[in-house]
Amino acid sequence: MSWFRRKKPKITELVDDKERTVRTEGVFIKCSECGAALYKGELEESEYVCPKCGYHFRMGARERLKRLFDNGIYEPLDEGVMSSDPLEFFDSKSYKQRIEEAKAASGLPEAVVTGKGVVGGHLVFAGVMDMSFIGGSMGSAVGEKITRLIERAIKERGAVVIFSASGGARMQEGILSLMQMAKISAALGRLHEERLPYISVMTDPTTGGVTASFAMLGDVNIAEPKALIGFAGPRVIEQTIRQKLPKGFQRSEFLLEHGMLDMVVDRRQMRQTIIRLLDFMMNDSLTRK
Amino acid sequence: MSDKTAFDRVQLARHPDRPYTLDLIGKIFDDFVELHGDRRFSDDAAIVAGFASIEKMQVAVVGHQKGRDMQSRKARNFGMPKPEGYRKALRVMKIAEKFSRPVITFVDTPGAYPGIDAEERGQAEAIAYNLREMARLRTPVIVVVIGEGGSGGALAIGVGDRILMMENAIYSVISPEGCAAILWKDASFAPKAAQALRLTAKDLFEFGVVDEVVPEDDGWFVSDETTSSLLKRSILKHLSDLCLLSTEELLRLRYEKFRKMGLFFEASF
Repeated sequence: MSWFRRKKPKITELVDDKERTVRTEGVFIKCSECGAALYKGELEESEYVCPKCGYHFRMGARERLKRLFDNGIYEPLDEGVMSSDPLEFFDSKSYKQRIEEAKAASGLPEAVVTGKGVVGGHLVFAGVMDMSFIGGSMGSAVGEKITRLIERAIKERGAVVIFSASGGARMQEGILSLMQMAKISAALGRLHEERLPYISVMTDPTTGGVTASFAMLGDVNIAEPKALIGFAGPRVIEQTIRQKLPKGFQRSEFLLEHGMLDMVVDRRQMRQTIIRLLDFMMNDSLTRK
Repeated sequence: MSDKTAFDRVQLARHPDRPYTLDLIGKIFDDFVELHGDRRFSDDAAIVAGFASIEKMQVAVVGHQKGRDMQSRKARNFGMPKPEGYRKALRVMKIAEKFSRPVITFVDTPGAYPGIDAEERGQAEAIAYNLREMARLRTPVIVVVIGEGGSGGALAIGVGDRILMMENAIYSVISPEGCAAILWKDASFAPKAAQALRLTAKDLFEFGVVDEVVPEDDGWFVSDETTSSLLKRSILKHLSDLCLLSTEELLRLRYEKFRKMGLFFEASF
């Protein structure tokens, strides 16, 4: 007989062996460029730029708007403008279903989010595209929101800043998508005549009909480092010319070298750069109502 | 006439015997002085531009140009312009604006050329700049889609006060083959994509993108004079209408024309 008697049953495994891991999902993010494990909080602080190698992660539209405006305050515009299905387009899935899935996955009403606010003391009308909504593609709703943004800037004598991230025109809306290029460019023509500033910021990736319309029409064209920017996508070009593309082709630095951009700016300096440009371009004698 | 599928029309629009810009210049205009070069890099043979006269009226003509035999096809780069082509087009349109002469453009391209050199010289910028400048060009602009309206490469000379389209021409955001390759992962689904994209003249007229569809007999071939004379009559009618408007009115209406394009849904909160 032992001195001690067991009153309670023996402790058995409470947690299954398979589940005995330290949960780090969502706490650490691996940099897709240098492979460094980055603490999420640290990454947020560095505006989703890898502190180790400077890789720019893709950034959500709302997050970017908040970081652009003074104190993160802005008035959202035209949130109710959304895609319909004018062609009743159907491939492996219906376009209607794709829209619903995109809304659920991105938490956004459309591939562009627009807002009005103050940046460094200047009245700014900003639009930000988001790749997570059908590849940031431009359909009628995107075209309408950006056109309204420009028209508002003209009416209220403000500047326009647009962050592009897009695969181009949205083919599920056919010719109507293509016509958004003309619609927005015409509005930018008016903004130009009104002598109000337009800063275009291209982020990874900006291609197709978006590049071939408003993205390239800035008074000043800026890009984030190493962003893919072009008219035709690299795959289409490779198929056409049947050869491999040189390294760095269609990246920001390549466009800068070929005279298509004014500057390549690190995201962490973006807001300050925009303010500096607006200090020059927002001339009181021109912006007065 | 109406029993053609969308893909039948795609093939008619690409038919090698369909009139190209230079054919039409010979058929519709009394004479033509071709101008060359963009003054920045080179001359692009995929676009022709110059001065012409039609019924004693002086107009500028700009259009995509394809070739017919292997040699000329190559020389014209299959009608796919590079940035210098679009810059030449705009240069000639600006001359027309300067001397208050209307502009007539003919659209017929598979698309803007997707190549390394075109990207290096700013294909996207060249197209974008044309869109903005054509929207505010202070002279009447008539656009005629005569064959293939290939996306941004077509639109880059396609912003105007009137957009006319031949019955069997097509105009699309992407080629049926390209669309099929992306969405169906198989280019052989092109006929299906052509149907889904709604790229025929009738579709575009219904969407309010095209103002008038010029009827063709059963296709349109270089030898066919009736269709070309119908097109000529239509161009003349629109020219005389547009010449009655003041420049301010013209520009306001042109802006509104494109402003209205697009169909979306607006929820109120």
